[in-house]
Amino acid sequence: MRMAHYLNQFFGGIGAEEHAGKGLEIRNSAVGPGQVLESLLGNDARVVVTFVCGDNYAVEHQEELTASVLEKIRQTRVDLFIAGPCFDAGRYGMAAGALCGAIQSKLGIPVITAMSEENPGVDLYREALYIIDSGTSIVKMRDVLAAMARLGKKLIRKEPIGLPAEEGYLRRGLLRDQLVEQKAATRLVDMLLAKIKKEPFESEMPPTAFAPVPLPAAIRDLSKAKVMLITDGGLVPKGNPDRIEGTAATRWGSYNIAGRDDLRSEDYEVSHGGYDTRFVQEDPDRLVPLDAMREMEKNGVIGKLHDEFISTCGRSNPLSNTRRLGREMAQKIKQDGIDAVILTST
Amino acid sequence: MVQITSALPIAKMVGANRVVLGTGIVHVTGDAKLPPEDEKELRRKLVQQALDALQSNERR
Repeated sequence: MRMAHYLNQFFGGIGAEEHAGKGLEIRNSAVGPGQVLESLLGNDARVVVTFVCGDNYAVEHQEELTASVLEKIRQTRVDLFIAGPCFDAGRYGMAAGALCGAIQSKLGIPVITAMSEENPGVDLYREALYIIDSGTSIVKMRDVLAAMARLGKKLIRKEPIGLPAEEGYLRRGLLRDQLVEQKAATRLVDMLLAKIKKEPFESEMPPTAFAPVPLPAAIRDLSKAKVMLITDGGLVPKGNPDRIEGTAATRWGSYNIAGRDDLRSEDYEVSHGGYDTRFVQEDPDRLVPLDAMREMEKNGVIGKLHDEFISTCGRSNPLSNTRRLGREMAQKIKQDGIDAVILTST
Repeated sequence: MVQITSALPIAKMVGANRVVLGTGIVHVTGDAKLPPEDEKELRRKLVQQALDALQSNERR
């Protein structure tokens, strides 16, 4: 079995934070945790290439790093790509996730990584990857590598993969059909009884956890601020030029409102299958309050209302998708020099 | 950013920091039952609340 391994500068033996700016180094043998992997997997397992890169460099030059690693792996026949374990190191996790994602999708090679649940890389890549739960303690290195090796072998051999708790990976949010003996009502009552008796039980539907969002600082002088309107209520120009889907939208659009004081019914339609859209169709200002905002601009309350508003449809959409849409919008908001956003949500 | 929404539990769940309660899922910044002038006045008030929230460092 031939493996490729990614490590940051610390685990790659280059040094601590002061070396986080170091670029990619490629070695033709196992380094640090890679040597443990080889010993865990036995005689025929070899790390044939190790990539070592500084954490800052990896995050700041993600595209270049990914391209270089992809290129090297294309040239070197490998059966498995391993990144980390990254524990709670955020930049390391982001780089490991990006590399695993690219190698899995572009080269079709099995990949495996490991992070703690709180690592920001988990939030971005858990749905696409098998990420072994490493916890935050480096003391567990050997156990984590053993879990990675076990699951990695299964992936190579295309064996069926068990549930997250059985294999030790972080929940991916995927649904899988399963035959069970007892019907839902019985299972539910059993769980309730266990809860009352303070006995352990496992929910079949754990709630999604959202990382706290820091409060952005208040606008000091609104009369100089450029404000933008965004909606997830699906308001689009007649004909829906960007073909924004009325459910599980994969796209968003930005639409010009320069020189308009009011949104007129005949110019717009609503692409949203989740609420009764007749009232918004009758008067789109009921969703995107252009008339009131234009008054605020004319009265000098705000500096400027941005010439475009952004719209998408926020209905029945997987988080991986909505997070991408959010990131793309944030990029545009930055580019356009917007100081504040009013988001209207149905 | 400030969010005007009538689905308050969703805004809270995802951790929105500045939230203004809208007038209904079907017309967040309006009210089809009101005469047009009153409806516009309602919208001015909602937008003003949103602008107030943007100028405050309080979570709401």
